[in-house]
Amino acid sequence: MTEWDKTKPILEIENLSISFFTRLREIPAVMDFSCTVMPGEAMGLVGESGCGKSTVALGVMRDLGKNGRITGGSIRFKGRDLTTMSEEDLRHLRGSEIAMIYQEPMASLNPAMTIGAQLAEVPMIHESMSKDAAWKLARDIVADVRLPDPDRILRAYPHQLSGGQQQRIVIAMALMSKPALLILDEPTTALDVTVEAGIVDLVKELGEKYGTSMLFISHNLGLVLEVCDRLCVMYSGEAVETGNVAEVFDKMRHPYTQALFRSIPLPGADKNSRPLVAIPGNFPLPHERPPGCNFGPRCDYFEAGRCDATEIRMAEVPGDRHGSRCLKFAEIDWDAPLKAVKKVEKTPVGEVVLEMDALRKYYEVGSGKFFGGGEAKVVKANETLSFSAREGETLAIVGESGCGKSTFAKVLMGLETATSGKIVMYNQDIQDTPIEKRSTDTVSSVQMVFQNPFDTLNPSMTVGRQIIRALEIFGEGNSDEERRARMLELLDLVKLPREFGDRMPRQLSGGQKQRVGIARAFAGGAKIVVADEPVSALDVSVQAAVTDLLMEIQRKNRTTLLFISHDLSIVRYLSDRVMVMYLGHVVELGTTDQVFSPPYHPYTEALLSAVPIADTRVTKKRIVLEGDIPSAMNPPPGCPFQTRCRWKSEVPGGLCDREVPPVRHLATGHQIKCHLPDEVLTKMEPVITIAAE
Amino acid sequence: MLMFLSRRLGIMALTALCLTFVVFFLTNLEPNLEKLARSEGSVRMSDDQVTSWLEANGHARPLIMRYGEWLGVLPGWTRDVDGSVTGRCIRGGLTAETAPTRCGVLQGNWGQSSVFKRPVGEIMGRSLAATGWLMLWVMIVMVPSALLLGVLAGMREGTRTDRALSTVAIATTATPEYVSGVILIVVFASATAGISPVLAEWGWISGRTLFQGTATSAMDKITFWNFGLPVLTIALYGMGYIARMTRASMTEVMTAQYIRTARLKGVKFRDVVIRHALRNALIAPFTVIMLQFPWLLNGVVIVETLFNYKGFGWTLVQGAGNNDIDLLLSCSVVAVIVVLVTQLISDIGYAFLNPRIRIS
Repeated sequence: MTEWDKTKPILEIENLSISFFTRLREIPAVMDFSCTVMPGEAMGLVGESGCGKSTVALGVMRDLGKNGRITGGSIRFKGRDLTTMSEEDLRHLRGSEIAMIYQEPMASLNPAMTIGAQLAEVPMIHESMSKDAAWKLARDIVADVRLPDPDRILRAYPHQLSGGQQQRIVIAMALMSKPALLILDEPTTALDVTVEAGIVDLVKELGEKYGTSMLFISHNLGLVLEVCDRLCVMYSGEAVETGNVAEVFDKMRHPYTQALFRSIPLPGADKNSRPLVAIPGNFPLPHERPPGCNFGPRCDYFEAGRCDATEIRMAEVPGDRHGSRCLKFAEIDWDAPLKAVKKVEKTPVGEVVLEMDALRKYYEVGSGKFFGGGEAKVVKANETLSFSAREGETLAIVGESGCGKSTFAKVLMGLETATSGKIVMYNQDIQDTPIEKRSTDTVSSVQMVFQNPFDTLNPSMTVGRQIIRALEIFGEGNSDEERRARMLELLDLVKLPREFGDRMPRQLSGGQKQRVGIARAFAGGAKIVVADEPVSALDVSVQAAVTDLLMEIQRKNRTTLLFISHDLSIVRYLSDRVMVMYLGHVVELGTTDQVFSPPYHPYTEALLSAVPIADTRVTKKRIVLEGDIPSAMNPPPGCPFQTRCRWKSEVPGGLCDREVPPVRHLATGHQIKCHLPDEVLTKMEPVITIAAE
Repeated sequence: MLMFLSRRLGIMALTALCLTFVVFFLTNLEPNLEKLARSEGSVRMSDDQVTSWLEANGHARPLIMRYGEWLGVLPGWTRDVDGSVTGRCIRGGLTAETAPTRCGVLQGNWGQSSVFKRPVGEIMGRSLAATGWLMLWVMIVMVPSALLLGVLAGMREGTRTDRALSTVAIATTATPEYVSGVILIVVFASATAGISPVLAEWGWISGRTLFQGTATSAMDKITFWNFGLPVLTIALYGMGYIARMTRASMTEVMTAQYIRTARLKGVKFRDVVIRHALRNALIAPFTVIMLQFPWLLNGVVIVETLFNYKGFGWTLVQGAGNNDIDLLLSCSVVAVIVVLVTQLISDIGYAFLNPRIRIS
């Protein structure tokens, strides 16, 4: 590897256009894209799904598949044009000078090869290293990415590692031959927040250590703020704004960037006094892009006859290599306060409608019960869950994967029955009644909105038919006409045009599908709605609209909303009370303010610190949890969190190792499960501080 | 692993027991026994004589008893008529005193073949050895060529190579053995038709035909000349099927993300296929290949009869055609064991190929 002049850019993309060719037509995926990455610089590519950010990455790798082709422009890596390079030359570049880290670590590792073999392959190909030397290097790099017991890991197969460990292996693989450029394609999207925080730290540290340039692709603005020096915002195949992170975040010069920031829940946003502003309309399909500015139809500053007249080029904005693809950026008053958004009254909270008392759910997993072989193991999915929810209240349930939040939802819905404990809904015990045996009334009053709107609608039934079907099951309406009328009303409720009743689900976008899901959940006049990550599969700009809709329906119907999420920003924005779960235990429960300010449960503290926030004013205390979440099949003795807790040494006598902490009430309605003495709890500092403006 | 094996062997024994009972029941139906009586005794026996013959030879007792005797868990029947004792186990120079009480499959006594007038065990041993050679050569020809065909077709989906190879695979597997066998004989093993006369004229082959149309001489000495056609007939049929399976699994693996990872690591295309894709692609066809063994038994019946090769299939046909109950029973036991053993091997091999199952 030759040393590259540090003053010249590592990667220069100029006016790059990439199209995919189908039988029907050419679909331009990326148009007129330019960016420059200097040595040691981290460049962020931000945008919603379908905006072409991953296509740019694959274009740099020249791996666009059979249908993709670069139709114009150039990609220069260390001065050499990649678009005209031969396959053989490219092969020498891939993996040695440019390496890539992928979104799904499990899928990107070969399931039938040991980790060591996959890692050692890289230097063996590119540096003709001997096998022993390559394995030795692999061992060093595995230790570098901070994995415990490297020798064992090298001999392991991918499925034996956890998601976080797998991603560290993928990073290690990328670093095996010290590449000059690292492309990270949503490297943490599939991981839990606390694991994500660890990976982000690692990536930053290694970038500094090896002086690697990075192209960091993400839809998460908060992450980009943490990792990158510069960023490029993409919309519908074009770069719309580029510049250094501080300038783009604080002095944005493109309406799309502005709208994006207004639609994500930053600290200070509140569902009643400062609601989010969703971007109106939908993302244009690649072959239905409007003339002129692609963002035009959704833009507040749109001027007919000017914005849709000609192709718009990237224009220089005063500042540090700052550019914007907007004709009007010099005219718009960027500091103007948000137009008066309607504020709403806080919904008063009513009677207790749902009460859980010491609810337990254990699963038995045993193999070979048929011949009596194998020991049955017990998975303690929920451990003594007690709480109550009131009418019109939003209770958020927060926790990482495997914490038992979905199991709890299943038990409440009646898809599973409780092992012990009580669920009382409207003075009725329902913990032992599976859903088949519940009365129509009970079923229709507890409904669910699911995480993935793409899988939960029947693809061969019209939207209206599916809602009517729900109405039939709930026994609503006396005739087909009545039910049809009610269905149209429900479409109004979720703000979908009435024509959508006759459409098939495939004709709808993700956000629209989720609205149908919500309409279906409310079809029987649900009193309690369990929303299991209802917006996490949606794009940022759509999330705000769907969240708003849920809030509005809740206000209207005085519904109790149980909002299951791992995204603390959105939880903070919309919930009244928050319940934090870890390994089946409720570790903290309180009002949103109580949970989000000290004293915290140590796990809540770590969780808050791990969530990336897209606001330059925020300073956070870095708390990175070591290791992975223990398996629910084999939980640690004593406190479930003791294996990763940074406060453990403050508790005298090794109490954490021995006893499950009792529930303690700190203030009215605020409870935590922790052994920490009061004086330590009161000394806790806030994790997030916002600098005064 | 031991636990797994012993459990599997237990299930196998149970399955074998059930299946042999079904076969025993079917071969010992009333009309079959009547036919047996007439062929062993006299064709012109009256119905009364048949009944008494069946009684005299121990066939008139409850089915379950007879099954137990055949199996060797119940003592064989004895019959004392005027002082001379006859019985199931009293044969071949043994007297009532020296004969063992139980003589069934478990004691290694497979019975006497009524067609060949010899112990079934001896016939089975000989024919299985013959079929074993046939199977071995079929596998040697079929598996590598099928895998090669499948991998070549699957590594670049939709290309001309893929389409050409897929057509070949479909054509061979769509032609049953009794068709392909006849065609192959005409083309390669006829002194007047096909390519043999041409080759002989050019002096490329010393004999009159490229292959021999009958494989009887292969019983003594296997040569390319006498064994080529039967092997080819069975192998062609199975090859297409396995190749299709391999292709499907190969195309799927080639689109997997870890293949992209390997490609973007800078691995050569050849190594991507051999080192990264092949093992993953072989996991699915492996079970299919193992299931081909029992299927081969099918083909063997036709091919051995066609080429007059006195192996297992030929023996089965003889037994079935001549109402040879003991021979049929032992054939079915062998078939059951072949099926179950290959299944066991397939499960173990699957675990070996797939680390996700091996280490759990």
